[in-house]
Amino acid sequence: MRPRATRPAAGARRGTLALALLAVGALPGVPTAAANVQRFPRPDFTSGYTPPTLTTPAPRAFGLEVLDVALLAAALVLAGHLALRRRSRKGLLALTVACLAYFGFVRQGCVCPIGSIQNVALAFGDAGFAVPLTVVAFFALPLLFALFHGRTFCAAVCPLGAIQEVVVWRPRKLPPWLNQTLGTIPWVYLGVALLFAATATDFLVCRWDPFVGFFRFGAPLPMALFGAGLLVLGLFVGRPYCRFLCPYGALLRVFSRLSRRHVTITPGSCIQCRLCENACPYDAIRKPADLAPPEPPARGARRLAILLAAAPLVALAAAGTGAAFGAGLSRANRDVALALELHGAEADNGAAPSLEREAFFTSGLPEGPLFDRARVVQRTFAAGGALLGGALGLMASAKLLGLSVWRSRTDYEPDRAHCVSCARCFSACPVKPEPKT
Amino acid sequence: MSSGNSTGSPPGPLPRRAFLRLGLAGLAAAAVGGVAAAAARAGERRTHVWQLDPGKCVQCGRCETACVLTPSAVKAVHAYDLCGYCRLCGGYHHPQARSIDSAAENQLCPTGAIRRTFVEDPFFEYTIVEDRCIGCAVCVKGCAMFGNGSLFLQVRHDRCVNCNDCAIARVCPADAFRRVPVDAPYLLKGDAR
Repeated sequence: MRPRATRPAAGARRGTLALALLAVGALPGVPTAAANVQRFPRPDFTSGYTPPTLTTPAPRAFGLEVLDVALLAAALVLAGHLALRRRSRKGLLALTVACLAYFGFVRQGCVCPIGSIQNVALAFGDAGFAVPLTVVAFFALPLLFALFHGRTFCAAVCPLGAIQEVVVWRPRKLPPWLNQTLGTIPWVYLGVALLFAATATDFLVCRWDPFVGFFRFGAPLPMALFGAGLLVLGLFVGRPYCRFLCPYGALLRVFSRLSRRHVTITPGSCIQCRLCENACPYDAIRKPADLAPPEPPARGARRLAILLAAAPLVALAAAGTGAAFGAGLSRANRDVALALELHGAEADNGAAPSLEREAFFTSGLPEGPLFDRARVVQRTFAAGGALLGGALGLMASAKLLGLSVWRSRTDYEPDRAHCVSCARCFSACPVKPEPKT
Repeated sequence: MSSGNSTGSPPGPLPRRAFLRLGLAGLAAAAVGGVAAAAARAGERRTHVWQLDPGKCVQCGRCETACVLTPSAVKAVHAYDLCGYCRLCGGYHHPQARSIDSAAENQLCPTGAIRRTFVEDPFFEYTIVEDRCIGCAVCVKGCAMFGNGSLFLQVRHDRCVNCNDCAIARVCPADAFRRVPVDAPYLLKGDAR
């Protein structure tokens, strides 16, 4: 039974009471979070009035979520078929537009495989958070398909890739050093995003998704400018987000390298006509390389030895840097930020209290558990930063080693890691498919 | 280099490179499967949606601005069974209202999203016109301060796109947002609770 106050006789008295409360409420320090005071009794209506009920519109049905997964799987199968079997650029482009329309504009870009990395990371970081199976499917399906078909997800299914795919206009070749250097950014981004997600600090990949604002017809101004800037850049440099930022693309690179089948530029055997050389807007065609290495073997061996010897040192230095960075990044966590502010507040630095601090005081919660949580997050960030730094250091060494080793190549072929199977190069090849035997 | 899986390769043991690739691919598939299975481990597998706890809400106004949607998917809702049906409503009337009526200058709501209708003397019903509500919580604050707290904010799930990571949850100073199971998607006040 709800507590009932004394019943006022008439509306006039009610008004006076409310005015008095207005005056009281105007005093500072009245808690507003505890808002369950039944100051005025529920009226006894005599006119037969029945109060309306609060409506509670249902969320999207679970069946529709499953449908999304089914559509994703169907699109991946179709993309593989169009790229590998039919070798149809037109078909892939049609699928691209369809997926841009559905996964982009209809589904408003959420949930996407790129962002799902973070849900999976959070499931490991927070025992109380269970990822919905549909999101797990979004995470795993494109990776598994990449093991069979290469990056066909990028080719035609990903809405972020699609919006860039359709704006490629006058693609320029980037110098290899720039291409390779920028290509390491996704790994850093992936590592930082995993760290932020696992500590429940932020879903950076979602927040910094440059194109989701277009899908939703609304974005904060900086993000809208970032997205528009990337699209303008995308006119001249193919798929800048996919190549130089996308953290899921970084994973797909590894999986695509191992893929069982992958698109080939030529349907038959390469005749070295060089016509495809400039067909790729994403710098993902490897040219044939001479059979003989361009330097004496002793020099190459010495360089390899130096790189191998330096690898642990580089990894250690990077780990140290990562740990220092991680500690700084932990301030982005809300618990850490609040704990630091409360800690600083004891010294009374005269700064105006933040809303967070006021809300914390209003809630009446003790400080101890908050400080404990913040300490755990800080430690996780430092350890994760060190791990990430070490891994990036090792990867940098591996990259240098890979660049340093001479491999001969006779044909023009797609770079499995960076080729997104867009099928542009197919039309450049004059070789007719070999008749099936 | 033509890889070993071209159609013309002679039958026989796999070339070393192809064997290595197959092994690594198997390893990668196992890794994805393992990560996916571990992530979807026992526990609540139901889909979750975002909701805000009106008991924690401090009416800071960030729901209006932080949502990825414009206007926000958070709206004021009314627990009628908590409402006092006051003639002078702390959620409806401006504190400096000159007269207790529905004139625009006396209203608190910046968009005029609350409809005030006469029920019987001396009671008035206050209804949220959801299409106009921007989720700024000005009325919620007024109602919490001077009234019964029958007006409160809720994520409306016919509008919410259920972002992976709710943009409002990230900036909510009171930590009032949390994921709730999809079959109980509202955190209500009053009898409906």
